[in-house]
Amino acid sequence: MAQSNNSIKKILTVAFALCIVCSVIVSTAAVALRPAQQLNQELDRKTNILNVANLYEPGMNVEEAFGEVTPRVVDMRTGEYSDEHDPETYDGFESRRDPAASRTLSGEQDPAGLTRVENYTTVYLVGDPDDPEQIILPIRGQGLWGLMRGFLSVEGDGNTIVGITYYEHAETPGLGAEVNNPRWQAQWEGKQVFDESGELAPAIRLVKGGASDENEVDALSGATLTSNGVTNMLQFWLSPEGFGNYLAKFRSGVDQDEAEQADVELEAEGA
Amino acid sequence: MSAATPKGVLTTPVFKNNPIALQVLGICSALAVTTSMSVSLVMSLAVIFVTAFSNLFVSLIRNHIPSSIRIIVQMTIIASLVIVVDQILKAYAYEMSKQLSVFVGLIITNCIVMGRAEGFAMQNTPGLSFLDGVGNGLGYGFILMVVGFIRELFGSGSVFGFTVLETVQNGGWYVPNGLLLLPPSAFFIIGGIIWVLRSLNPEQVEDNEFKMKPNTEPKEAV
Repeated sequence: MAQSNNSIKKILTVAFALCIVCSVIVSTAAVALRPAQQLNQELDRKTNILNVANLYEPGMNVEEAFGEVTPRVVDMRTGEYSDEHDPETYDGFESRRDPAASRTLSGEQDPAGLTRVENYTTVYLVGDPDDPEQIILPIRGQGLWGLMRGFLSVEGDGNTIVGITYYEHAETPGLGAEVNNPRWQAQWEGKQVFDESGELAPAIRLVKGGASDENEVDALSGATLTSNGVTNMLQFWLSPEGFGNYLAKFRSGVDQDEAEQADVELEAEGA
Repeated sequence: MSAATPKGVLTTPVFKNNPIALQVLGICSALAVTTSMSVSLVMSLAVIFVTAFSNLFVSLIRNHIPSSIRIIVQMTIIASLVIVVDQILKAYAYEMSKQLSVFVGLIITNCIVMGRAEGFAMQNTPGLSFLDGVGNGLGYGFILMVVGFIRELFGSGSVFGFTVLETVQNGGWYVPNGLLLLPPSAFFIIGGIIWVLRSLNPEQVEDNEFKMKPNTEPKEAV
């Protein structure tokens, strides 16, 4: 028995048969469950978007509520909408390493530690797409331990914050991971991204020891580096390098000449 | 373990011959997934499923497994089961699978699964092997739940996500112990459990591998 089990023929037969059986089981499971998994991922993304817009309630019909949200692809270099990509399927994060669809950031351009950033990205508009109630922007940047990805929602004036949420991060539990504490997130509501000077550089930042004006948010206690990461990524994504040009169109009282000037400079740098 | 009875193989791994506490296997995932009880529970169920069925399938074909490739055969069976579990979790418990992330995949490398397949299922009948797998999974799950309970209660002030101790971050009075949210704390808790279990069952205490010499007197050192 032992001898026949260890013959070359038997070894090959057992190995081959086992591989066939196992691969059939694994591939059946993978193929049969794929639709449910994709549905879950999609639902998760939509839930996060509704969450940051303060529209999410547990147990609600996410698909139905998401009907109010329109995805649009924005060219971050000019701030204009683009028809080059289908907003339903385009994923800017996937394009960030594609040399043809992204650009390199260096030094002062890159406070969030991204190295490369895509040219086109998807924003989500709540309500009438031409005059949105809320604009939901994807943000990401380095925290303490790794990349943090989330959404920031601003009102139709392109300035007042509705909410912020992170759906992917690796911050320290109990300290930096408190970025997803609802109590901390609640204090973002009503804060202003830009100050009254009308400059294109965002003024929003996290400060220690309590926020004193509408551009300041109380930092996370015990998580200085995560707080810095949050400030840095907002500084980047809301600046003209990120969504600054796009948001400028919604803001009143912005010096349009300055915005155009920034565009020209940016294009010169891009070239 | 000479005369294996169905009841014996099911219950001894929980206290008497616990895979984590006595054999000190499967520690890695016990550190990683025990920050909350619900995650520990799902991880325990996944491990119970994998150990039970890998034992069953290995035992079913044990008389046909050539000894020269037996480890690879066991690994293939275990890996297939783990992938199936991972796929099911992604499809039906997406939130949970996001929190467990890579640790479901790492069940493949969990020594308990491999150890039971090689140490028990290769010599025993399928029914008994299946129960042995369930028993060892329960033993693993028992430790996970205890560690998860302590870490969640004192680390985030809740049990199964329900707030018990209102934490300072949420406007309460309880200052959570940050250490318990970090993986190393599970070492201390598992160490404590091993201590308790071995005090209750003195026969589990291992003989000293070496004898420590008495401390050097200051006079001799000079």
